[in-house]
Amino acid sequence: MTDMHVEAVAGIVDRVVARYRRDPTCMVQILREVQEACDWIPPEAIDRMQVTLGVPRTKIEGVAGFYSFFYTQPRGKYRILFSDNITDRMQGNLALMERLCNNLWIEPGKVSEDGLVSVDKTSCTGMCDQGPAMLVNNRAVTRLTAARIDEIAELVRNKTSLAEWPADYFKVEDNIRKPDIMLSSQMQPGDALRAARERVPSDGLMSSNMRSWREGLPSGLGGPAAMLDEIKRANLRGRGGAGFTTGLKWEACRNAPLKAGHQRFVVCNADEGEPGTFKDRVLLTSYADLVFEGMTVAAYVIGARRGFLYLRGEYRHLLEPLNAVLERRRKENLLGPNIIGIPGGDFDIEIHLGAGAYICGEESALIESLEGKRGTPRNRPPFPVTNGYLDQPTIVNNVETFAAASLIALNGGEWYAAIGTKHSAGTKILSVSGDCERPGLYEYPFGVSIRQVLEDCGASDTQAVQVSGPSGFCVAPDEFDRTIGFEDIPTAGAFTIFNNTRDMFEVARNYVHFFQHESCGFCTPCRVGTSLLKNLMDKLHNGCGSPYDFAEIEKLNQLLQSMSHCGLGHTACNPVLDTIAKFRPAYEKHMVQQDFAPAFDLDRALAAARQMTGRDDAAAHIIKEEFGEDA
Amino acid sequence: MTAPKKKLKVATTSLAGCFGCHMSFLDIDERLFTLLEHIEFDRSPLTDIKTCSPDCDIGIIEGGLCNAENVHVLREFRKNCKILIAIGACAINGGLPAQRNHLQLTAILEEVYHSGPGLANGMIPNDPELPLPLNKVHPIHEVVKVDFFIPGCPPSGDAIWKVLTDLLAGREPELGHGLMHYD
Amino acid sequence: MSQTFTLDGKSIPFEDGQTIMQAATKAGVFIPHLCYHPEFKPHGSCKLCTVKANGRQTASCTMRAMAGMVVESETEEINAERRALTQMLFVEGNHFCPSCEKSGHCQLQATAYHLGMMSPHFDHFFPNRAVDASHPEVLLDFNRCILCSLCVRASRDVDGKNVFALSGRGIKTHLIVNAKSGKLSDTDFSLADKAAQVCPVGVILTKRKGFAVPIGERSYDKQPIGETVEGR
Repeated sequence: MTDMHVEAVAGIVDRVVARYRRDPTCMVQILREVQEACDWIPPEAIDRMQVTLGVPRTKIEGVAGFYSFFYTQPRGKYRILFSDNITDRMQGNLALMERLCNNLWIEPGKVSEDGLVSVDKTSCTGMCDQGPAMLVNNRAVTRLTAARIDEIAELVRNKTSLAEWPADYFKVEDNIRKPDIMLSSQMQPGDALRAARERVPSDGLMSSNMRSWREGLPSGLGGPAAMLDEIKRANLRGRGGAGFTTGLKWEACRNAPLKAGHQRFVVCNADEGEPGTFKDRVLLTSYADLVFEGMTVAAYVIGARRGFLYLRGEYRHLLEPLNAVLERRRKENLLGPNIIGIPGGDFDIEIHLGAGAYICGEESALIESLEGKRGTPRNRPPFPVTNGYLDQPTIVNNVETFAAASLIALNGGEWYAAIGTKHSAGTKILSVSGDCERPGLYEYPFGVSIRQVLEDCGASDTQAVQVSGPSGFCVAPDEFDRTIGFEDIPTAGAFTIFNNTRDMFEVARNYVHFFQHESCGFCTPCRVGTSLLKNLMDKLHNGCGSPYDFAEIEKLNQLLQSMSHCGLGHTACNPVLDTIAKFRPAYEKHMVQQDFAPAFDLDRALAAARQMTGRDDAAAHIIKEEFGEDA
Repeated sequence: MTAPKKKLKVATTSLAGCFGCHMSFLDIDERLFTLLEHIEFDRSPLTDIKTCSPDCDIGIIEGGLCNAENVHVLREFRKNCKILIAIGACAINGGLPAQRNHLQLTAILEEVYHSGPGLANGMIPNDPELPLPLNKVHPIHEVVKVDFFIPGCPPSGDAIWKVLTDLLAGREPELGHGLMHYD
Repeated sequence: MSQTFTLDGKSIPFEDGQTIMQAATKAGVFIPHLCYHPEFKPHGSCKLCTVKANGRQTASCTMRAMAGMVVESETEEINAERRALTQMLFVEGNHFCPSCEKSGHCQLQATAYHLGMMSPHFDHFFPNRAVDASHPEVLLDFNRCILCSLCVRASRDVDGKNVFALSGRGIKTHLIVNAKSGKLSDTDFSLADKAAQVCPVGVILTKRKGFAVPIGERSYDKQPIGETVEGR
C-alpha cells in the first residue's frame, strides 16, 4: 500500500469523522460511510479513526467485526449478497446465485481473483413480495430472473458503475393490496401535531402529569398529558410483536427522573429484520410523514428533544428520500426549534443506518448500536424508559406504532379503540408473501382470521402459514380460523404462506440457519446452541438423522428457551417446535436412520488420505454400517 | 443353593490411544481378583482374543478415532456389547491425537513424508495393510452411541473401579471430588 | 440489613442493590459461574449462574435481590442445564486438559467437575484458532477462550489500557488484541496488569511458570470449586 493511498484513506476518514463531530457514538455511521468510500474498511482507516476519534483500535475492530455488512477484508468493488429468506429459496435464489457465480467464474463467499466482485448470501432483505432479491453494495435489486442475472454479470465484468445500472433494477414496489385507516391516510404534514397541541383534557387526566418538556409553558401544559391520555384511551400496543402498551411505555419515560445534563429520547425501530416482514419499508417509502409525525407527537408527550430513526442497512435506498422528508419538515417548522410555534418545542430526528444485524431489532441492542457499539442486548432491568440511549430515558417503538400514534393524535383515542377487538385496538399491517397470487401489504382491523387473509391474497392448497416470522407461530390448516390479535396470534407483521408442495422441515431448517447466523454470540446457550441446532437440522437433512438426534433437538430447544439472554435465543427454536408439533411427518421423512449415526460421512473423511496415497482398495473405504442404517 | 451368577463378559480395546488407560485399569491392583468374580474378559489386550463374542455385556474403549481401522473396531464393539464405555480423554474428546485437527490432513502427510527436514524422495505409505487416516480425529461418541464415560488422562484405578462397581451394582456411575478429573 | 430472600430454602440477607450472586457469595453459598468476578461489573453472558427466581430463570450475577424472593439454584433441573452449558463451552473451543498448564486451576474444568460432567456430549467444533506467543512474558492460547470478557473488563476498567476486546459475531465471536498486527507484543500489556490475572481458563498464561504445582496440590485438587465460594 503506497503512502498516497494511506493519505487518501486518511482524507476520507477525516471528512467522515468531522461530519459526525468526532463523536464515537456515531461509530456505526462512520464505518458505513468510510466503507462506502473505500469499498471496505482498510487497516489504514482504522489507524486514522483511532487518532481522530480517540478510541482504542480494539473498540473499532470490535464494532466493525460485529456487523455483517462491514468488511475488514477486501470484498471487491461489487459486493453482491443474495437474500436468503425461505421465500427467496422458494423463488429459486440458489440457482440464480449459482448462475451468477458461474458467469463470473467465482465461488460463493469468495472474492474474484481480480478483486472485482464477491457473491454471498445474506438474511432476508425485506423484499419477499418482489423477490428473489439481492443487495449490490447495499442497494436492493428486486425481481431477479436468469436474464437479469446475466445482465448483472455483464455490468460487473464491464465495471459499469452502479449509478449507470438500469434504474428498473432498483425499483421497489409498495404492493399495497388492502389499505385500511393507515394505508389510506391522507394526513397532511403537521395535522396530527396541531391536533395534539389543541387537545385539552376533557374528562380529567388519566395520565400522571409529573414532568414534561413543556411543563409550565402556558400553551403546552394540557397538550402533552392530554395527548398521552389519548394514546392510553386508544389502547395502542406496540407493533413490533411484543405488544407492550404504548401509553404505559411513554408515561414511564415521561416520568423517569432526569439527571443533570440528561434528556429524553424518541427512537423509531425500523430495523425490520424478521424474515418475511416488509411493512416498515412501505411505511417509510410512502408514509414517512405519518411516522415522523408520530415520533414528534411522542416527543411532545414525553418531552424529548432528540429522536433517531434506526433504519436497517438493507433499506439503504431509503436514506436519501427520508433525509429529504426530514429536511422538508424542518422547513415547514414540523421539526427543529419551536415546532408549530410552541415555545421550547424543540425536536429533531437523525437517521442511523444499521449494517446487517437482526439482533439490533431488540431494543436494547438497537440502543447499543445507536451508541456506536456492538449490538448486544443489555442486561435488564434497568429498562430503556429509564436508562436508554446514553443511559438516559428513551422510548423505542416500532415504525407502525408511531404511524398509529399520528392517527390517534388526529382522530382521538376513542375512535381508534373502536377499531379492532377488545384487547387489540386498531389495525395491523400484514406483509404477505410466499405461495399466493398477490403478495404485498394487507391492512386489517385486528381480529381478522388467517383464512380471510389467505382468501384475500389468493392462496390455495395452503399447508401452513408462518405468522410473525421465524420467531412467531407456524399455523396449520386446522387453525386457519384463528385470528390476528394479541389475544390469539400476535404478530409483528410477517405472513408467509406455504402450499402443499413445500417441505416444512426445510422451512424450519432455513429459519434455524437464520438464527444461527444472527445470534450475537454474547451468551453461551444461544451462541453455541444455535450452531448445534443448525448442525442437527443439517444432519437430518443429510440423511444421517435418527431418533437420537430428534431427542437432542428437543433438548436444545428447551435449553435455548430457558437459558438464553434475550428473545433471539428464546424464540430460535420456535420454528422447530411448531413444525415438530404440527408437521411431524416432515421430520420422520428425514429421520432415515434407526440408530445413532455420525453427522459426517466416514468414507468421505478418508478421501484426502485416498488421494494422497493413490489407494482405492476395499480397505481404503468405510462402507455404511450394515445394521440399523440403510434399513 | 442358588446357581452361580453368570459372569459379565467385558471386552476392551485401545484405538487412537496410548494404552495408558489400560495400564490404569491394572492399577486397580488386587481388586482385579474381586472383579474377576463378577466378570470375564472377552476381546482385550489382556486376553489376546482378537474378536468380540456376540454377547458381550460391557465394551470399554480407550482412544479416539484417527483411522479407518479404529472405525471398524469401534463398530465391532458397538455391535457386540450391550453397554459401551468410553475411557480416557482420547475416547472422550479426541485427546492428544485430536490436536492435529486444526491442520489439513494433506498438509500433515506432506510435511511428515515429503517436506519435513531430513527427508529425500519420501513417499506416503500406501500399503493396503495400513489403515488410512481420517481427515480429523473424532471422539467415539461422535460415531457410535456411547453409554458411559470415565474421564481422565488416564482415569485413576480408583475411578475405574468406582464406575465398574457402580455399574455392577446397578447404580448410575458417579465420580466425586478427587476421582473426577480430565487430566 | 433486615431484608432477606430464600435460596434453596435458606434465608439469605442482602443489602439494597446487591445481586443474588453477591448476596449468596457473602452468605457463603456457591453458585456456579465463569464470567462473574466480584471485582468487576457483572456481564451476565456465560449463563452458568442461572437460577430460578420466583419461578423465572435469570442470571443471578445481574439480577438484583429482592425481599422475599424465592430462589432455586441447586436443583437437578438447573444443574442439568448448567452442565449442558459447560459441555457447550467444551465443544466450542479446543479444551485438551492434559496438555493445558491451567489444568487443576481452571474454573471451567472445576465447574465441570462440580456439575458432574462426564463427557462433552455434543459433537466437537474443533475450531482453528491461533496461539500468540509474541509477548516475552505471556502466552495467549485462544483455543481455550470462553468469551467471558473478564480480561476485556480488567484491561479497560482497571488497567485503563483496552488491550483486549471481543470482535466477530455469533459463533465467530473471538478475542482480539489492541494492535494493528494483532499481536500482544505490540501492545502495552504487562504481566503486572490486572488483565493478566483474571482469565478463568488457560488463555492468558505466564511463560516459564507452567506445571509448577504438582498434581494433587493444585487449587481444585485440594478443594472443589463449590467449597471455595469466591470461585477462586
